[in-house]
Amino acid sequence: MTTKARTEYEVVVGVEVHVQLKTRSKMFCACPRDYYNAEPNTHVCPVCLGAPGVLPVINREAVHFTILAGLAMGCEIPAESKFDRKNYPYPDLMKGYQISQYDRPLCVGGALEIEGDDGPKTVRLERIHLEEDTARLLHRDDGAEPYSLIDVNRSGVPLMELVTKPDMRSGHETAAFLRTLRQLLRYLEISDADMEKGSFRFDVNLSLRPRGTQPLGTKVELKNMNSFRSAQRGVEFEVQRQSAILESGGRILLETRGFVDATGETASQRSKEEAHDYRYFPEPDLPPLRIPAEEVAALRERLPELPDAKRARFEREYGLPHDEAALLAETRARAGAFEEAVRAAGDPKRARAVAHWLIGDVARHLNALGADAELADTRVTPAHIGELARLVEERTVTASSAKEVLDAAFESGEMPAAIVEARGLRIVSDAGAIDEVARRVIEANPKAVDDYRGGKESAIKFLVGQVMREMRGRADPNGATEALRSHLEAGR
Amino acid sequence: MALTADEVRYIARLARVALTGDEVERMREQLSNILDHFQALNDVPTDDVPPTAQSLDLANVDRPDQTHPPADREQVLANAPRRENGFLRVRAVLEA
Repeated sequence: MTTKARTEYEVVVGVEVHVQLKTRSKMFCACPRDYYNAEPNTHVCPVCLGAPGVLPVINREAVHFTILAGLAMGCEIPAESKFDRKNYPYPDLMKGYQISQYDRPLCVGGALEIEGDDGPKTVRLERIHLEEDTARLLHRDDGAEPYSLIDVNRSGVPLMELVTKPDMRSGHETAAFLRTLRQLLRYLEISDADMEKGSFRFDVNLSLRPRGTQPLGTKVELKNMNSFRSAQRGVEFEVQRQSAILESGGRILLETRGFVDATGETASQRSKEEAHDYRYFPEPDLPPLRIPAEEVAALRERLPELPDAKRARFEREYGLPHDEAALLAETRARAGAFEEAVRAAGDPKRARAVAHWLIGDVARHLNALGADAELADTRVTPAHIGELARLVEERTVTASSAKEVLDAAFESGEMPAAIVEARGLRIVSDAGAIDEVARRVIEANPKAVDDYRGGKESAIKFLVGQVMREMRGRADPNGATEALRSHLEAGR
Repeated sequence: MALTADEVRYIARLARVALTGDEVERMREQLSNILDHFQALNDVPTDDVPPTAQSLDLANVDRPDQTHPPADREQVLANAPRRENGFLRVRAVLEA
């Protein structure tokens, strides 16, 4: 029996992302859009309830938000766009159809740069269109019958749908695309893009093919992933499952599968695979949208500096390494706090120190508050960080006292200079005082002294530490090292 | 334009309407008549008319992003045959 060489398979992935837009009102009516934590059916009017005879009216801001997303990703913005009815009967659709966009979406083409498996990578977009979200269903069973509860609050919330081309090649790249997209949406401030709140939802389409071949394999649609990590795991599981089937000569079924978080596996959703027939037709209640070039130009003016550009500028302008610049540019709020703190520090040369505070001890405080906490959620302001960096650099406090100052600032909101004075944390540079402590430390630590004199240069670090401890972290470390060295050398 | 019985059954399924054999035949006749009626539109010369998805000469009918108070929940639920804890209640519907 001859063993056939194992075929190596390549996964081809595209995603569809649904993003709730952060407008004040809904897509086609003036109900408040933000239903989070609201009682069921309290953000509802005849329009989003689908009552007969009502007329939807387009929320221009939702259109603008969608175009902003398109411009940020280099999409073409056609001069004319329209809405269509997508018909399907299901209780989450109050009208029996969803107002969506079929053949004339607001944004066409475009791309997003991501960190791919082999370096920077371009993921191309098919389109971005605008539609309305559906009502929320809760499935129940009271023993007598299975039934559904309907909360119409979500019905009519502006929903932007983005579809990529099949450009991703691994679970990791899939997750990287979704992360990069969410970051961009948050920078644009057009969505919370919060998976837990349901404002960022995605499906993954994937197929396998022998590496080096062109034709796409049978497509499987993956649903139910509610984290970047589950997107990655879902794709990776499918690669294994499908490779095994193909290796053993089997065929992949065209189907929809749900990701099961507890097991990291996917399961067939057994929906009959037939082509959906939504009977799209132009929405008669909504005249077409014309988007003049001037309007697009004005929206382009509204684009903020985007994450990649900001990161590159931080590297260039402040001399930060790539990783630090990327961390600071991760959210618009953090990047803003950084630059404000650098200004407060009074010298751009202190940017590196400010960066270290933000990435280090400040981040530690924020992480304790929650995953998405920003400086603005605390009593510490960028002015605090800038002042702290300045005090350390001017040698008003030691680095170790500065940590205590920061902790105190998070506690009370007081400015660092005031905390230094109130707590007596000013650096002690007085040679006499340090000398006195150095002498005591040398007497109390004969072992370290012998080590040093025996040639173990590093033993002095321990002794400096002891001096710092005696002086509650306030000793000027250079002064302490000098004092210790002169005693040690003298006693040789 | 005569529809086939299969087409009628397909349309009925999309609309989630169950039809008996008699009803399929009755609908086939009625729907075919309606389509025939609208065939008249095909006789209108449209060579000079640009294609459009809208019969009204309107565009950009939109509104600023402002909110109004929503309806009172009692009114929202007033016509619901069944309700539960502020929700509308319906029988479970399985996706086709």
